[in-house]
Amino acid sequence: MSFLLTQAVPGDPVTANLGQRASEDPDAVAAFRAANGLDKSLPEQYLTYVGNLLTGDFGTSQQTRNPVASDLAEKVPATMELALAAILVAVVLGVGFGIVAALYRDRWPDQVLRVLSLSGVSVPTFWLALIAYYWISFKLDLLPAGGRLSPGAPTPPQVTGFYTVDSLLAGDWATFGDAVSRLVLPALVLASFTVGVLLRFTRAAVLEVLGDEYVRAARAKGLPELTVVRRHVLRPALLSVVTVTGVAFAGLLSGTVLVEQIFGWRGLGAYAYTSALALDLPAIMGVSVVVAVIYILINLVVDLLYGVIDPRLRLS
Amino acid sequence: MTAPLLEVSGLRVRLPSRTGAMLPAVDGVDLTVHAGEVLGVAGESGSGKTMTALATLGLLPHGARTDGSIRLAGRELLTLSDKQLRSVRGREVAMVAQDPRTALHPMLSIERQLTEHLRHHHGVGRKAARDEAADLLDQVRIPDPRAALARYPHEFSGGMRQRIAIASALAARPSLLIADEPTTALDVTVQAGILRLLDRLRRERGLAVLIITHDLGVLSSIADRLVVMYAGRVVESGTTADVLASARHPYTHGLLDALPEGGSAAMRPIPGSPPALGAVPSGCPFHPRCASARDTCAADVPALLQIAPGRLSACPVDPYAPVREVVS
Repeated sequence: MSFLLTQAVPGDPVTANLGQRASEDPDAVAAFRAANGLDKSLPEQYLTYVGNLLTGDFGTSQQTRNPVASDLAEKVPATMELALAAILVAVVLGVGFGIVAALYRDRWPDQVLRVLSLSGVSVPTFWLALIAYYWISFKLDLLPAGGRLSPGAPTPPQVTGFYTVDSLLAGDWATFGDAVSRLVLPALVLASFTVGVLLRFTRAAVLEVLGDEYVRAARAKGLPELTVVRRHVLRPALLSVVTVTGVAFAGLLSGTVLVEQIFGWRGLGAYAYTSALALDLPAIMGVSVVVAVIYILINLVVDLLYGVIDPRLRLS
Repeated sequence: MTAPLLEVSGLRVRLPSRTGAMLPAVDGVDLTVHAGEVLGVAGESGSGKTMTALATLGLLPHGARTDGSIRLAGRELLTLSDKQLRSVRGREVAMVAQDPRTALHPMLSIERQLTEHLRHHHGVGRKAARDEAADLLDQVRIPDPRAALARYPHEFSGGMRQRIAIASALAARPSLLIADEPTTALDVTVQAGILRLLDRLRRERGLAVLIITHDLGVLSSIADRLVVMYAGRVVESGTTADVLASARHPYTHGLLDALPEGGSAAMRPIPGSPPALGAVPSGCPFHPRCASARDTCAADVPALLQIAPGRLSACPVDPYAPVREVVS
């Protein structure tokens, strides 16, 4: 599917990648096409691509001139670190605030949080990213931004590709602090939309469960309110929250394209952006395949979580 | 006679309407339950029976106001703080809700649901609580109690779930059990089993039971005394045998005639429906639906009068007065 879509894009990789003079030279164009396999028929190209993919060969990026696989190996951890941090922030804030909003229904905490939720879902991410970058990093100088580490700082020895984790594993506290401080702002910006969505869903889910008969039964047992909420209310409410979180994570990945661009985060989103502009077909395809795999993994995790939360959904 | 375990007097419950007006749901109810006794509270939905029960547990809907007095073993419950009420709930007064499909938590194990309040109220350790829970399951006739503890509600049938719900209500050793329509959602054979179980428990444990139902047939087999409620008021009360044999209030007659197994005139429902909250008719609230109503019925609220020792009725017209044997 992605393969067909990239072919359907109105534009020629040749003109996008070769300079003005080279594209006017038929020999150069033919050489470029032959080098990238563009001279073959479409089904032939596709079969070659899939065949190579099965052996782990994503092809070579026409832009970076590196194998796409090695480009991805470098970019994916960066994006996953950002996206996982963002989803962590979003779940903690969104679910936490959602519970508070439901328990204080129609009182002032609920009303304040309703405004927060509404702004979270309505403010465009790219605008928020620019504003946050300008005010918090540039004007007020509260947090550094731009890149994953301070310019010139050595990267920690690669284990997971997550600079925060790797620096911890290496016991390098200075690098860890640097990596975290540069992660906070883009993660918050990326999370803002998801916080709003999760807040709404959690509030609605908790309110629904609060009206259930078994919650009244739990209260009739004389359990402390905190126990009732924690043990009897949250669990069924989390079931629908997990579904939404899975979907939201997918949406969050598409948000990385903008956020990475603005915060100079050299990840998958920025890579997808530049490849798309350059009509770098192998790179675009590589990104698509990786994103598809991530989606499948998310769905798998969501399905597994259902079973953990709800005994009725466990396989016997 | 010993002092009653539960003594409700002059209980009034008002619920906030959408417009903020306070509507009376329970309007001056008196009732008593002794240890080891089963009191049946009958009435159609909206008669205030469930609100009376919830008031006893301090679990009325948000914004409800109560007046009057609810005493449990001599202690006034209506003035207790939230914290004090929580130590009453479960430990002294327990409740079995109507629908066993929804009353048990679907995602918590039976063991958790049977032991959490026991451990909370009595500080029992995990293992001792498990033993006690298994023992309770055995008492309510759940086969293989030990294995049942590790399972979840969806693995049991409706009747078994209601037994488990009763076991859960009894787990923290309460002295009063409030059962709100405990058999309504169950089929008839399962119903009989649940009623036998409640009857056995009150004999063995000296448990006081307050059963709330619209089905006088259910009460006839188990309740010692009956209280019939209509539109938030008690309209008739007495021993079960007396009330069933010689009902004095037209509403009680209506309920009896509506029973499927009623002798001569089977299943004759009461015409009309109970008044909505805040739309209670003047005078006797039942008069618009009453076949014996006279003009005077719409004027004053009839007082609940003693018509025989232990027998009260709130019908001055009393079309069934000739029943002599009761008045003796």
